[in-house]
Amino acid sequence: MTVNIDIRFVLNGRTVQASVPADMSALALLRDKLGMTGTKLACGEGECGACTILIDGESVNACLMYAVDCDGREILSIEGLRTEEVLSDIQQAFVDHGAIQCGFCTPGMIIQAKYLVDNNPTLSLEELQRGLEGNVCRCTGYKKIFDAISDVANAEA
Amino acid sequence: MTAELKSDQGPEEYAAPSTIEEAARLMADGDALILAGGTDLKLQTGEGRIPYKKRLVNIRRIADLRGVTMDSGELRIGALTTMTDILKDELLGDMAPILAEAANHFASSQIRNVATIGGNICNASPAGDSLPALLVLDGEVELTCFDSGALTNRRVPLKDFFTGPGKTVKRAEELLSAVCFAVPEQRARARFLKSGPRPALEISVVSAALSALRDGNEVFHVRLAFGAVGPVPLRAMATEALLEGKTLTPQLIEEAVETLMGEISPIDDVRATAWYRGHLASVYLRRLLSDDC
Repeated sequence: MTVNIDIRFVLNGRTVQASVPADMSALALLRDKLGMTGTKLACGEGECGACTILIDGESVNACLMYAVDCDGREILSIEGLRTEEVLSDIQQAFVDHGAIQCGFCTPGMIIQAKYLVDNNPTLSLEELQRGLEGNVCRCTGYKKIFDAISDVANAEA
Repeated sequence: MTAELKSDQGPEEYAAPSTIEEAARLMADGDALILAGGTDLKLQTGEGRIPYKKRLVNIRRIADLRGVTMDSGELRIGALTTMTDILKDELLGDMAPILAEAANHFASSQIRNVATIGGNICNASPAGDSLPALLVLDGEVELTCFDSGALTNRRVPLKDFFTGPGKTVKRAEELLSAVCFAVPEQRARARFLKSGPRPALEISVVSAALSALRDGNEVFHVRLAFGAVGPVPLRAMATEALLEGKTLTPQLIEEAVETLMGEISPIDDVRATAWYRGHLASVYLRRLLSDDC
């Protein structure tokens, strides 16, 4: 039988405790166990980026991460970006630029965008494009996504 | 649902040690599977390609296994050093930029943030992106195990480490703790090339690395390695021997290509045909030898 492990971590600023099977993914923990469905499951093999979350400030594919490895760490998922009734600047830029079509890639795009903007104060278009290589949009809305993120990057520069 | 909740094929025990000794003790019975970044392991166990063992040992909390150090003319990369770490590391950027070049073509930003060099080596994919670069740097892996009450280390040259796709000489009770190589001579030049339909997130159709000292058109200390042209990442030693100490001429380069074709054993698979892989390997060899490497 697969062993269950008690873990404790910070999710979007709040401490969470859970008992998880040792082979569970962080994505299954978020979606199926905690009901946080903002983080999407698409390819399930680290190719598409729909499940991107930040862990200790680094972006990762939640589908390839073990839930047990969340123990003692800090996770930010898309649900943690909004404060009260205000969207984060990246979310607002996506709305303003119409950078959302079906919306399925959006949570992962926005989290990865936050990682890129937070870690590169002079984010160029090329760096942005390379940084989003692991995020797939099948509505082919990349232009507006790049525009939205560039706006935020330039505003912060 | 992510269809994972009902799994009963998972490990019976789990541990997240914080020291190398603890980890080696947990591996001593040979019934432990190592978790580092998890990007290969999660997929391979999920698809049933790799069965879990009794114990899952998460080594990510062992601080001593992460980072790049230099000592007595040798560079040492801890097994847990991530591809992002390698991409940003100043010491490696100065001394062995070919590794940053390989890391830059490695999967995506999200995967580079967690995927470790030790994991890329132990996964032993013939297409592993860091492997041709480590091979031309004459890399050696350090294997640690807990034996007769003490930690013991042994070193294995990377060129002798791989025995087949996913297979290495590492024993089940051994932990790969680091990969080491002599600081390359300052005038050594190394290049890495990788082919796929996209610049990143691509399993190489063919990858290639060359390191050499160049004196005018003569090449010395030639190290040549290819990925995805056979069952293991290949050091093309016959081609190296042919080139060693010679003056590069168009004729010599064609002889080298011919020798290389005899050394590689590419296969047909979903990514390319054996013929195409051979063709690409020849193109890459010509390119590496013509560039100012």
